[in-house]
Amino acid sequence: MRRDGMFAVAKDQLDPLICELAHDGYTVIGPTIRDGAITYDEITSAAMLPRGWTQETDGGHYRLKRRTDDACFGFVVGPHSLKRYLFPSRLKLFSVTRDGQGGFSPDVEPPPAPKYAFVGVRSCDLAAVAVQDMVFNSEMPDPYYRQVREQMFVVAVNCAEPGGTCFCSSMDTGPRCSAGYDLAITELSTSFAMEVGSERGQAMLERVRHEEADANARHLVDLMMSTAAKHNMGRSLDTADLPEILMSNLEHRQWDQAGNRCLACANCTLVCPTCFCNNIYDRTDLSGDHADRYRNWGSCFALEFTYHTGGYIRSSRRARYRQWLTHKLASWHGQFGTSGCVGCGRCITWCPVGIDITVEATAIADDVRESLKRHGSGTKTEEADV
Amino acid sequence: MAAANKKNPKLAVYKFSSCDGCQLSLLDLEDELLDLLGAVNISYFLEARRHVEPGPYDIGLVEGSISTQDEAERIVEVRRECRHLITIGACATSGGIQALKNWADVEQFKRTVYAHPEFIETLDTASPIAAHVLVDFELRGCPVNKYQIVEVLTALIVGRRPQIPTYSVCVECKRAGYVCVLVSGGLPCLGPVTQAGCGALCPAYGRGCYSCFGPCDSANPRALCGHFEQHGTRRGDLVRMLRSFNGYLEPFKQTGDEYESSLNTKQDLGVRD
Repeated sequence: MRRDGMFAVAKDQLDPLICELAHDGYTVIGPTIRDGAITYDEITSAAMLPRGWTQETDGGHYRLKRRTDDACFGFVVGPHSLKRYLFPSRLKLFSVTRDGQGGFSPDVEPPPAPKYAFVGVRSCDLAAVAVQDMVFNSEMPDPYYRQVREQMFVVAVNCAEPGGTCFCSSMDTGPRCSAGYDLAITELSTSFAMEVGSERGQAMLERVRHEEADANARHLVDLMMSTAAKHNMGRSLDTADLPEILMSNLEHRQWDQAGNRCLACANCTLVCPTCFCNNIYDRTDLSGDHADRYRNWGSCFALEFTYHTGGYIRSSRRARYRQWLTHKLASWHGQFGTSGCVGCGRCITWCPVGIDITVEATAIADDVRESLKRHGSGTKTEEADV
Repeated sequence: MAAANKKNPKLAVYKFSSCDGCQLSLLDLEDELLDLLGAVNISYFLEARRHVEPGPYDIGLVEGSISTQDEAERIVEVRRECRHLITIGACATSGGIQALKNWADVEQFKRTVYAHPEFIETLDTASPIAAHVLVDFELRGCPVNKYQIVEVLTALIVGRRPQIPTYSVCVECKRAGYVCVLVSGGLPCLGPVTQAGCGALCPAYGRGCYSCFGPCDSANPRALCGHFEQHGTRRGDLVRMLRSFNGYLEPFKQTGDEYESSLNTKQDLGVRD
């Protein structure tokens, strides 16, 4: 039976939890330090967590920093998200070989989907999985995605200290995890407050030492989460009427400015946990007897991605930046009934030149809202499209 | 060498001003070389075999830049004898490292380097093959990625479009899961303006990209260099970064020239007193 409520778990129980997950056949993926950042990687013990580390983030800037305490989860999201496990950057879809009689013999067996347990997943990333579910796990499910998704186990972590580029509270996706986890941890100074999100989570909780949390702990978690949401977000975005404002101001001068600064390098789309665009391509061998079809991460910032019969439909960087931002914050609503942005801030942090989605969208929105106040019209169309 | 199959396309490999590294990449295809020999007839490849079969050839691979009058004349002949002409490597596609002389006084170089400069016949510039003749396909890199050579030959043989990306090195970095050395390490990495193809080799080892593959599509070196300048890279260093391998290709050339013309002080130049 799943038990509601909150449990107190000693910090030394994290290692047994990871061992129990591994014992059940999960490949445990968790935050760990690699190459100057906190990334997701396979972990085999709690000692591999970046205990006592945090980070400093800003536009185009990420630096590891020592904490003054030895918190296990005292950091926010790094460059990786669950995307790279559910929707791998390169996946073989099928292969075909000539059968010697004028035909082909196909091999359509999907690659085996690993059984992952993700530890330390933040609420923005759980929201991102829910967004990608609409793409990969709805009417036409991707078999690999569906299988990884169905068998994965999630130990989430509530963010008490959002980072410099975080704005999940603006996007209503955090900092507290509300769904999509099996267990959720809030790290207190001497223990974890743990909440159960599923039967599987309940069963796993039973395998580590735990007790009912007292009323003080519950109150403390509520307070930490409301403080994080209200006061500690590095960025913010006013989403009121934002889709309408953006879509009716496609010639705003801010797009020109962003286009001048944008490198069209595609980093924002590749670190984004919801961006799902991909390329399908075939490899043939020199004999012409064997072909493999692959899917890899694509990006709307690549010129080739904008190719339609007859030419490139978005040849300027301005057009591609506008396409990406308006899709993320505006047209995603029409397509999927939700925003494509979960406020994780990765596109800001990992943009080499620090272009900030909240600043760009706010510059347009504020200008239009101001203009609306003065003239009663929210549409600015005087700037010519170049 | 495998016996020539008359049905197979005839391949010729030419060298112009270059270090031979791209031709060696072809020879370095150890696992694929036998398959390759089964799919093409190597008819002219002086680095690999003395035997030469007469042209015309179906496919010509050209390494090197045009830096002498003799080469400028020879490339026209090469174009005439090849049905498909593919240039391989930075020298052939941009002029390469030797294109640094395009910004220098070549007569002074000759006097400084050679005991008898009067024996040296060279043009004032080293230029890419495409500046002289029509090129059907270009493979970038210093050296080229050998697997890109296999890909373009395979595509040509089976009659499909080669899968050679023109997007940035960042795409390869992110697909591989490497941590960005620019954002997390503050290194002046040219990956965001450089064409993919190397597999993000330098960032994989924690170093910034040197742009040996040259500008990617839609490259914006002005914005990237502006960012580096704000973070302490001197303008003289930016000029040198842009010009290392592919400085003669746009938009690197324009940005490098703009920076060079704006150099005022010794500090800008990066000269230490």
